[in-house]
Parts: sequence; structure tokens; C-alpha cells
Amino acid sequence: MVENRPWADFTAHAILLIGVAVIAFPLYVTFVASTLAYDDVVTVPMRLTPGDQLVENYSQVLKAGSAKGSHAAVLPMLINSFFMAMGVAIGKIAISIISAFAIVYFRFPLRNFFFWMIFVTLMLPIEVRIIPTFKVAADLHLLDSYAGLILPLIASATATFLFRQFYLTVPDELAEAARIDGAGPIRFFWDVLLPLSKTNIAALFVILFILGWNQYLWPLLITSEESMYTVVIGIKRMIAGGDATSEWNLIMATAMLALLPPALVVVLMQKWFVKGLVETEK
Amino acid sequence: MAEIVLKDVKKSYTTGVLVIHGVSAAIADGEFIVIVGPSGCGKSTLLRMIAGLETITSGEISIGGRVVNDVEPKDRNIAMVFQNYALYPHMTVYENMSYGLRIRRMPGEEIRKRVENAAKILELGHLLERKPRQLSGGQRQRVAMGRAIVREPAAFLFDEPLSNLDAKLRVQMRLEIQKLHRELRTTSIFVTHDQVEAMTLADRMIVMNAGVAEQVGRPIDVYDDPNTLYVAGFIGSPAMNFLPGRRSGDSVEVGALRIPLPAELRARAPESITVGIRPEHLQAGTGEGLTFSFNVETVEALGADSLVHGKVGDGTLIARVDGHATPAIGAPLTFHARPGMLHFFDTATGHRLRG
Repeated sequence: MVENRPWADFTAHAILLIGVAVIAFPLYVTFVASTLAYDDVVTVPMRLTPGDQLVENYSQVLKAGSAKGSHAAVLPMLINSFFMAMGVAIGKIAISIISAFAIVYFRFPLRNFFFWMIFVTLMLPIEVRIIPTFKVAADLHLLDSYAGLILPLIASATATFLFRQFYLTVPDELAEAARIDGAGPIRFFWDVLLPLSKTNIAALFVILFILGWNQYLWPLLITSEESMYTVVIGIKRMIAGGDATSEWNLIMATAMLALLPPALVVVLMQKWFVKGLVETEK
Repeated sequence: MAEIVLKDVKKSYTTGVLVIHGVSAAIADGEFIVIVGPSGCGKSTLLRMIAGLETITSGEISIGGRVVNDVEPKDRNIAMVFQNYALYPHMTVYENMSYGLRIRRMPGEEIRKRVENAAKILELGHLLERKPRQLSGGQRQRVAMGRAIVREPAAFLFDEPLSNLDAKLRVQMRLEIQKLHRELRTTSIFVTHDQVEAMTLADRMIVMNAGVAEQVGRPIDVYDDPNTLYVAGFIGSPAMNFLPGRRSGDSVEVGALRIPLPAELRARAPESITVGIRPEHLQAGTGEGLTFSFNVETVEALGADSLVHGKVGDGTLIARVDGHATPAIGAPLTFHARPGMLHFFDTATGHRLRG
């Protein structure tokens, strides 16, 4: 469709630009705030041009946190968050891809029952079962450990369901051809199914990494030592309670740092991510 | 290389539905057998039972003298070509063809030799590094056959391998399969719903209908001497004309027409008889044998020849005439057929009357 309607073009672009501004402006303010000195940040109105404290603020939070709020350094928190997000993403993918394989390719008693059991848990948000989960984790001595941060979050009904749907679109003949070629179930999974799921895995990895990275409630419950805090908790703890003032420039710097890894994952895996969502290689 | 023997093979599902009603056949070493029938007749199920992809409810299948009822597909020494090719999408042509050999831990040198040899036979040499999605339908089908060839199996099983190809390519691949079989002489079972494929490819064919093997025989024998009404109507294009009639004395009455029964059939002929005559056996004008007259109702002009439709008694008659002598609609036409070209069937049972 080729049309020349200047007003329509103008309106469309104006709306898009406003949309971009609405999304980008808060990010910009965050960035600006993270480069200002404390006095500048608390001045009303806050200036909207970057200041000269960028290096100071960032090295301060990375090494020693905020002087007035939590003193915990942010660098270890970033590392904790990274391990947790990676663990959750990889774990969820590994478990769900195998359970989907079992559900689609094997006929065992109560197969449908198990599938629906998994499916039903889709509808339960983590908060509903958080008390019993905490009890179990505590009894297993998982408090303040990576295992405690990762394991309880590792089962994923959504991912299992997505892989199941993908496997159902793989032609049966492929499995039969592999059977005649002499491939057992494991070989078929490894040589055929896994390579075909590559793009789905990539797309899911992006989503699950961000999900793991942004976890707040669970890490808050399971960790009590500063050395195990994740960066999302760290931000919250920098905000001083009561009458004390918060160092917003440092908090904003931490927020920027917390934002970077998920953004990087999205940017680096964008090609795969889009592929995984729109195209299947069959 | 092996013969395949089916002994009263039956298949039923847990719901109690019987889909294969006891098929028996002995397929000789090197023979090309076509199983032909309409969709849903059980022909693919039968093939998949031979392949080991479906369980056998009762009966016995043996390949090369060994009963394989409980043998895994990979140990039956067969290779299968699927309708939708079933190539591994992420592997190159070379990897696709060599996958089965690699699993069997064949030495790399031997694998290379076999794949290259198969590629040469199938003219795939320049495509070995391509992925299946970069190939045309015909090329994919050739890769699927290559995957079967490199295994050097006792038997090839083809499950409607040409159905996904366009008409022209289908003819070409049909000839290639024929050529391939002449070169390799491997026992082959080929499933199709296309009677032309069956006629042209088969050493012998099995005509199936609703889970029953209605006739097993050489294509020309099945064409000349169909066992049942069903086979007579299925094999041959356009289909055989059927004229339902009643017996009266030593002849069959079809409307005003009286068709004399051959002497050897008179003793045991039933009341209701259907007379069959192939369109290509109706010759224009009067002559030796039986004469049919009707007014032309429809003409299908196919170019080389035309199909003329008209009513005789309660049945419709189709005759094949020269494409350049197409009659006008409504024109009266006369045909004659030699007595040997008539087929007589018991209308009630569908079986051919035999003396």
C-alpha cells in the first residue's frame, strides 16, 4: 500500500515519538540522577543535564553501597543476581524440555493426568505456595545459599507447556524415521529434537533470565546475610527508612547497574529471540 | 535382499475396531510389490506393521525367514521412505543420509563411500552440503530415498512417497524409482492410492479395500481379470462401466438390453448380475459381439481422446472415443464390445462369476 497522506504520517510519527518519550524519559532521569552529586539530586527541581559524578557514584556503589542506607557493596549482589538468573533460566529450560519430551513422546499410565497437573500449576502464582515452599527450603537447609535461591523456582509449567506445544508440531514421521535409522529415545532427543528447539530455547532463555533477575519476594525471604543479597533487594535496602535521607544518586546508579544485564541479554540475543517467537524450523 | 511373508496379519485397536482383516501375501526376494487402495483402507497401517511402527495384533510377519513380530524397527533391516520425506531439517543432505550409518557406528570411510555412491545414483552429488529446506520437493524425495539406499537394507518400504509432488514431477520420480529398482533389485513394498503408480511400478500388486486384500496379482492380470466389483472399479481409468441387471434364462437383462451369459457361467449364475465393461473396450460402430446404443449426455474432451457418457438401462456408460471425433450432445451413438471383454459379477456378493 503506497499512499501519500502527510497528515496521517505526521500524526503516526508524533504518537510514536510521544510513546518513545514516555518510555525513555524516566530512564533518562534515572541516568542523569546517577551522575549527580547528592546536593544536586535533592535540589528541586532536579537538573536534567548529566553531572560530573558518574565515575564516583558508580564506583562507590559497586564497592561500598550507600553511606546513609545499606553499606553492602553492589558488585557481589550483581554476581549473586547473575548466578540466580542463570540458574533459574537454565534449570527451568532443562527440566521443562525433558518433561515435555516425556509427555509428548512416551505413552505411560496417567500421562494426561500428569500433563494436566503441570498445566494447573500454571494458574498458581508463586505467592500462593510461598509459605510451604519456605518451610521446605528451610528444613532442607537451603537458606542463604544459591541452591535455595534457584531450586524452588526451577520448575516451570509455562515452559513445559511451550515445549510440549512445539513438540506437537514436529511431524511424527521424524521420530519414526529416527526409530528406523536406529536412534533410541535419548539419541533422538539429543540429535534431532534439541537442535530443532534451539530457537525456542533461546527465546525462552531471554524471558526466564529476566524473570529470574527480577525476582524480589523469594530472595527476600530466603536470604538474611548480606553476602547472598541480590541486586533487586539491594536497591530496596539502600532506601533509608524513617527520618534518614536516601542518597538517590547512588540508588539510581544501582538501578542503572541492575538494568544493564537483562538489557544486554535482550540486545545480544535479540535475533534468536525474535526467531524463536516467529519461526519454526521444520 | 530378502523375501517378506505375511501370514494372516490382523490389526485391531483397543477400541475393538478391526482395521486389517487378515492379510496374507508372500513377497519374493527382489520383487516390487505395490499396495494400492483408497485412503483409510489400511494400506499404510499394513506397511507400518511391516516396518515395526505399529504392533501386530495377530498373525505373523517374517523378513528374510525371520519372524519379526517383536523385533524393533531398527533391527528389521528395512528402510522406509515417508510421504512428507521426514528429513531431519537441521542436518545437511550428507548428514541426513549418513545418520543411520553413524548410529550403527560404521567406519567413516565406509559411510563416505556409501553416501557418495547413493548420491551418484540419485544425482545428488552437488547438493550434499545443503539443508533440506534449500531443496525442491523432488530433491527432498531423492534424499529420502538416498537415506534408504545407503543402509543397503533387505527391503525398501515406500509410504505414498510421490503424493506430495506435483503431477509432472510425480511421473518423473515414478520412472526414477523404476530405474532404481532395476539397478538395485531390492525387495520393495510401495503404498499408494494412485492406481496408475500401482500399474506402472508393480511386479505384483495388492488391492486393498476396508482392511481386506481383495486381490493379489500382476497388474495386467488384475486389470484383465478383477476378482471383485471393487477391484474392477478401482483399477483402470476411467473406471469400468457397471450395468446392474437381472438374470433371465441364459442372459442378463439390463433395461431393454439382453446380454448373453457365457456358457461356462450359466450353471451357477445368481439372480442379480452386474455386467462390467471398460470404456476403452467399447468400439464405435457395429461389429462383432454385443451392441450398445445410447444418446450422448456429456462429453469430456481430454485431447488425445474423449469420454462420452450415456444412459443404458439403469446404469451410465462411458466410452472412450478419438479426441477428434467428438460427438454432439444428444447424438445417438452405437458401440460394440467383443464378448471376451465383458465381466460378470454377482451383485449381492460383489464377486466375479467364475465357471
